[in-house]
Amino acid sequence: MSSSPGQSLSTASTQGPVSARVETPFQRFAAAFLEDRVAVAGLALLAFIILSSLIAPWITPQNPYDLTRVDLLDSRMPPGSQTMEGFTAWLGTDGVGRDLYSGILYGLRISLVVGVVSGLIAATLGMSIGLISAYVGGKLDTFIMRLVDLQLSLPSILVALILVAALGKGVDKIIIALIVVQWAYYARTVRGTALVERNKEYVDAARALGLSKSRIIFRHILPNCLAPVIVVLTVQTAHAISLEATLSFLGVGLPQTEPSLGVLIANGFQYMLSDRYWISFFPGVALLLTIVAINLVGDRIRDVLNPRLEK
Amino acid sequence: MGNVLEVSNLATYFETRAGTVKAVDGVSFAVGRGEVLGLVGESGSGKSVTGCAIMGLVDPPGRIVSGSIKLGGKELVGLDDQGMRAIRGKEISMIFQDPMMTLNPVLRIDTQMIEAIDAHEKTSKKAALARAQQALEKVGIPAAADRLKAYPHQFSGGMRQRVAIAIALLNNPSLIIADEPTTALDVTIQSQILAKMQELCADSGTALIWITHDLTVVAGLAHRVAVMYAGRLVETGFVDDVLDHPLHPYTRGLLRSLPSEGIPGQPLEQIPGMTPSLGRLPPGCAFAPRCRNATEICHRSSPEGTVFPNQRLARCHHPFDSVAQPVGLTER
Amino acid sequence: MSTESIISMQGISKRFTTPVDLAGRLANLLGANHQPQTVHAVSDVNLAVIPGEVVGLVGESGCGKSTLGRMVAGIYEPTEGKISYQGKDMRLMTQTEARQASLSVQMIFQDPMSSLNPRMRVIDIVSEAPVYHGIIESAERGDYVATILKKVGLDPVFMQRYPHQFSGGQRARIGIARALAVNPKFLVCDESVAALDVSIQAQVLNLFMLLRQELNLTYLFISHDLGVVRHLSDRVVIMYLGCVVETAPAAELFDAPNHPYSQALLENVPTLKLRHKRFSSIKGEIPSPMNPPTGCHFHPRCPKAGPRCSVEQPVLRPISTGRQSACHLNDGGVG
Repeated sequence: MSSSPGQSLSTASTQGPVSARVETPFQRFAAAFLEDRVAVAGLALLAFIILSSLIAPWITPQNPYDLTRVDLLDSRMPPGSQTMEGFTAWLGTDGVGRDLYSGILYGLRISLVVGVVSGLIAATLGMSIGLISAYVGGKLDTFIMRLVDLQLSLPSILVALILVAALGKGVDKIIIALIVVQWAYYARTVRGTALVERNKEYVDAARALGLSKSRIIFRHILPNCLAPVIVVLTVQTAHAISLEATLSFLGVGLPQTEPSLGVLIANGFQYMLSDRYWISFFPGVALLLTIVAINLVGDRIRDVLNPRLEK
Repeated sequence: MGNVLEVSNLATYFETRAGTVKAVDGVSFAVGRGEVLGLVGESGSGKSVTGCAIMGLVDPPGRIVSGSIKLGGKELVGLDDQGMRAIRGKEISMIFQDPMMTLNPVLRIDTQMIEAIDAHEKTSKKAALARAQQALEKVGIPAAADRLKAYPHQFSGGMRQRVAIAIALLNNPSLIIADEPTTALDVTIQSQILAKMQELCADSGTALIWITHDLTVVAGLAHRVAVMYAGRLVETGFVDDVLDHPLHPYTRGLLRSLPSEGIPGQPLEQIPGMTPSLGRLPPGCAFAPRCRNATEICHRSSPEGTVFPNQRLARCHHPFDSVAQPVGLTER
Repeated sequence: MSTESIISMQGISKRFTTPVDLAGRLANLLGANHQPQTVHAVSDVNLAVIPGEVVGLVGESGCGKSTLGRMVAGIYEPTEGKISYQGKDMRLMTQTEARQASLSVQMIFQDPMSSLNPRMRVIDIVSEAPVYHGIIESAERGDYVATILKKVGLDPVFMQRYPHQFSGGQRARIGIARALAVNPKFLVCDESVAALDVSIQAQVLNLFMLLRQELNLTYLFISHDLGVVRHLSDRVVIMYLGCVVETAPAAELFDAPNHPYSQALLENVPTLKLRHKRFSSIKGEIPSPMNPPTGCHFHPRCPKAGPRCSVEQPVLRPISTGRQSACHLNDGGVG
């Protein structure tokens, strides 16, 4: 009563894969991500913030960077008052007469751009360094990792301050400073993951199949290192945004003419204990909400990706 | 003298986003004093979940849905946390496949063993230490007094498993549940551990449930065997009966597909197809899609257990007849 | 079947050395004595495989069988010794010859979870190497992969899926398909069925036998499972702590093992027939490959060891036609 291998093979093949339709790794991840309601709320909040800042010119009554539209007579008016230009300043105005609602949305744009751009460039740079360090190993690896240790042992705000003092003010200078501060996190994370992946059997298989080293690094190991990078990216973006706000608050960040949230908060600080709290308060709340939303999303991504419980 | 453990119609389900996974669905068996029961199954059969359910270690989203687990007559299902904790490590102990599930890598062995003793009785530290050393000597660890002060990473894999066994025996449990403890060990080391377990259980009269996928280990070690498939118990009986004259087609297929039962150079007998996913079980008998003897009723309704002489049970609509036609491995 | 070997290993050794790092070297200057740690994974192995045969390579942890397999497949470079493919020393080959030789020897891995790149679709996993090496054009990928998948018993419809959507046994088949895609002549199977359920194991073993007949393949089958090895192999090689201790035709080895380690191994394997076995066992732990015992590596655990065994390492000697064993008992005794 023995079956021939041919018969059994066809029975095996008609059963097919365990799940019916093509399910990309991303779809699986998305489904798992959406299970947590708090994270979904965070994601919704983040989407709302990003969308609002993107369409800012259409939903704000005033362009706060256009100095011709800003009237000093409007300065320090409480929330809900009418301005000279004829619109209602729902969140009040600041010391120079800028509508805070407009200022916050425009400021968010700058904060987000600075955070995301510096994060992406730092990630690319750090990832490449980490990958090469892991795959080449030896003295190069030791050297790079000591550099990373050095970078990470210095407080980021201190390094940023020094760089900005040297480079001067401006959006691009801030971004450069933030990149220098952040690349090390990515390099270390990716190196760790790459070392683990390098020992996996699919890498051995690729070598046995005669694929070149660079192909193995970039087509095999790299895609499998992206997961922790995404986690670090979300958290670091929040960190970069708050770092930029801190620098601006200290006066060495972005110029007054292109205020980010940090600048707005800085401007209003002198009024905090008087009854004109709104000048710092509302930009502060906006900054807080942005960072919290990013962190909620980042936390959930990290939980979903690591460790994966395959039941 | 009653049974040490009696499990009746145990059902443990997991509520996942993909639906209800019936990991264990209607499992019944009993283990007597000094007896070794081999709980056999492949991956997805529910054998590990059964072991965890007896220990009360099933965490949400899993829960024991129905059935009873009686330890020396006392009902464990529904027992509160405190009650369960008093039993774990004292009346029932568990040994896992990876000894590092038992051992804390940052604590010394003596600390961990004293902790295990302290959890259940008040003794002086000196007495506890003496008991710990005795336990290590019993499992065959040389220079036990020195080894007490060591950390888990200073032991080899086989030694770590022995320490885990020593911890399991510390409080003289009436039942030990061993979940694949030798699967990851080398053949010669496995043999040492099996010899030790045989000796220890025979000496102390402890009942042993040995969970494994390896039928050859069960053949050598166990008195009785219980075979699981897709969360259900498909056959139980004494080892000689089940291995020589299996009643259930799955048991038979499993035995005949072992390489040691094949003729070298000839294709092995194989069970076609794959184990069904526990979240999407077919209606009727779970094994029917792969069974050569399956008929219409097999696809329609799930079989009840049929009792056979000599304490045998098989869940099949068309079990092989153990008396009239022995259809064991001797037939070719 | 020609008698010229397809793969021949002579004097092969592999050592992994961890050098003393910077901190250690500084400590040495101050008087500490940190030594570089060397793992003697494989020591002086000679092995020749004839086309069409299945050689079973058996041993426990630390014996070096996986390392040996990886050297044959070209994943590791030997520290010493030479590997010849079809009679030609691989180090002396031209680049084209070497590439052809390394493609002819492929490996099937153990862990169905980690042996497939989780981010690649099945069609890409199987077709990447043949396209890269120019065996097929990129446009022919679909048909080519379909043919191979059918050969290993998988429905080609599912080639767009990702590995996580398949069961363990199916993933094992995908791994086999990947190896077959470059038209190998020699397959190294490193514990390829160890992680599979018994019922799936039988299916995959039958597949290996079928492919051997259909495609005229030669196998080096590495396993710790003696039952599997006995079923599949023509010849068996037993290793202990980096050295070959015995080789023999499969039937002869299992009937009458010569080397004390082989005897212990076979005695300790549980089988279905042995009920209520009084498990007896050989004493001691497997030594660490970083610090192998002097003389015969097995002597601390050997029930028949004598004074000569701790001093002199035994040489692999022929004991009858087709059988070799490395034990002093065959060569003048242990006194």
